[in-house]
Amino acid sequence: MGLLNAMPGAAAQGLIWGIMAIGVYITFKVLDLADLTVDGSMVTGMAVCAMLMAAGWNVWPAMLIAVLAGMGCGLVTGLFHTLMGIPAILSGILTQLILWSVNLKIMGKANQALPARTFDVLISQLEKYHALVILALFCVVLVTLLYCFFGTKFGAALRATGCNEKMARAQGINTDMHKVVGLALSNGVVALSGALMAQYSGKADINDGRGAIVIGLAAVIIGEAIIGKMPQNYIVRMTGVIVGGIVYYVVYQTVIFLGLDTDLLKMLSALVVAVFLAVPHLKKTYFNKPRKKEVSKNA
Amino acid sequence: MLELKNITKIFNANTVNEKVALNDISLTLEDGDFVTVIGGNGAGKSTMLNAIAGTFPVDGGQILIDGTDITKLPEHKRAKFIGRVFQDPMTGTAADMWIEENMSLAINRGKKRGFTWAIKNNDRELYKQMLKRLDLGLEDRLSTKVGLLSGGQRQAITLLMASMNDPKLLLLDEHTAALDPKTAAKVLAITREIVEENHLTTIMITHNMQDAINHGNRLIMMNAGKIILDIKGEEKKALTVESLLEAFHKTSGSAFASDRALLG
Ligand SMILES: Nc1ncnc2c1ncn2[C@@H]1O[C@H](COP(=O)(O)OP(=O)(O)OP(=O)(O)O)[C@@H](O)[C@H]1O
Ligand SMILES: [Mg+2]
Repeated sequence: MGLLNAMPGAAAQGLIWGIMAIGVYITFKVLDLADLTVDGSMVTGMAVCAMLMAAGWNVWPAMLIAVLAGMGCGLVTGLFHTLMGIPAILSGILTQLILWSVNLKIMGKANQALPARTFDVLISQLEKYHALVILALFCVVLVTLLYCFFGTKFGAALRATGCNEKMARAQGINTDMHKVVGLALSNGVVALSGALMAQYSGKADINDGRGAIVIGLAAVIIGEAIIGKMPQNYIVRMTGVIVGGIVYYVVYQTVIFLGLDTDLLKMLSALVVAVFLAVPHLKKTYFNKPRKKEVSKNA
Repeated sequence: MLELKNITKIFNANTVNEKVALNDISLTLEDGDFVTVIGGNGAGKSTMLNAIAGTFPVDGGQILIDGTDITKLPEHKRAKFIGRVFQDPMTGTAADMWIEENMSLAINRGKKRGFTWAIKNNDRELYKQMLKRLDLGLEDRLSTKVGLLSGGQRQAITLLMASMNDPKLLLLDEHTAALDPKTAAKVLAITREIVEENHLTTIMITHNMQDAINHGNRLIMMNAGKIILDIKGEEKKALTVESLLEAFHKTSGSAFASDRALLG
């Protein structure tokens, strides 16, 4: 019974992680970059939203500024990577560390309360079903916007950058610029999820973003497994990622409910993600069946 | 149309691996020239094309297209004037994107890519017509991922893409080398058609001497970062593989560096 009661809350939190995972999807899958900024930019989103609301701001402008701050984080990583030639993964780590200090400065302390009783928040864990509906709406709008974005000339150029950089440049695409924009966009989405998380949980804490990248990757991987062989467009793929976020969090809650030592949870998440990330490699190395050529003969 | 003035490219300068890949090369192409380039492995052929395309900065000299100095222009800006096909069929297209998406990327080469739809319905008609002329049955597969196509099909599509949007210059780097002989011949025939139809100024690297003789109006041979032979017009028409080898021996005083170059 207790577990069932926890489900709406788990689903709501899963949706928030799903939104964050959409941000990870943009860098990891679309741009083919591993961006570790997210552990920091998620907290930036939380901190900015919480501090502005604590200062009396309305929730909407507070969230907007949070998203812009997240985009700024991605911009920094992007410039480290493209202008300064630092490998993407290191760029993200550097920004993440910078953000640790920045986030502390934003809040002036390690955490900031944002109780729903005092503040006019959009969602709160006190009203889980209401939160579910609002979050689902956020997901629909986000997926629709990104779907349209990927269909534009600019978005197609961004996808080409992630798919084949050499080709993209030969087709006149400024790949550096598109990487920076992609990183900014991704971290903007991550910060949005942070802003939502702060409202939902009623607080922002400097430690809340730790391991966010792993949860995001887990959601992306679960999402891919779920959509499997379905006809794939970006709506299906991104919906898969969001569902992946929900599945991740529901499983997480269930495992806690079953009495697993919560200290071990991060380790388990990481191991599960490691196994799934290894699958393509393992398949290639150990299960390499010669595949029939799916190539037509008339070329 | 294209002018290379004293181009030098040194890889790994000031290290034990220092390699002068292009040694003070000068070359002028007229509008509509179709130049074939031959030379042994490591002669500097690809480096010359990459220098023109802007893959890396050169260490000396100037590159001009139609009188405009493009030496300092980054690769993606030069792409406005230049269509390219690479040796590896994987390089020229985005494998995870559809045929029509790849073509739409090419048709916007050199244009501003804003927030309008990448593909509209009348674009599809155009793409279909272009693909139909390849005669590879691709016109009905606009929404097939390019990664599912054969190397020859991909090279043919890359050629189409390279010729879109009126490039001033077409650069082909052994673009048939990875294909089986029959497919290579077909792609070469398509190349010829596209070049003639669009009056493209073209540089084509090949390891096949016969192809180099049969195509184009000018032939250059490279060795050790230099252009050692430059044959045009009537003289080019009279070329045979034997006379080419003889000319090479006379100029360079050494046996032809690559066995591959003898094939064909
Ligand atoms: N990126 C690079 N870094 C270091 N050395 C390079 C690089 N690219 C080319 N070289 C060297 O420059 C020389 C010229 O290479 P290039 O690729 O232009 O030869 P090529 O004429 O195209 O030969 P092939 O027929 O084998 O394609 C070679 O010695 C090569 O090893
Ligand atoms: Mg080469």
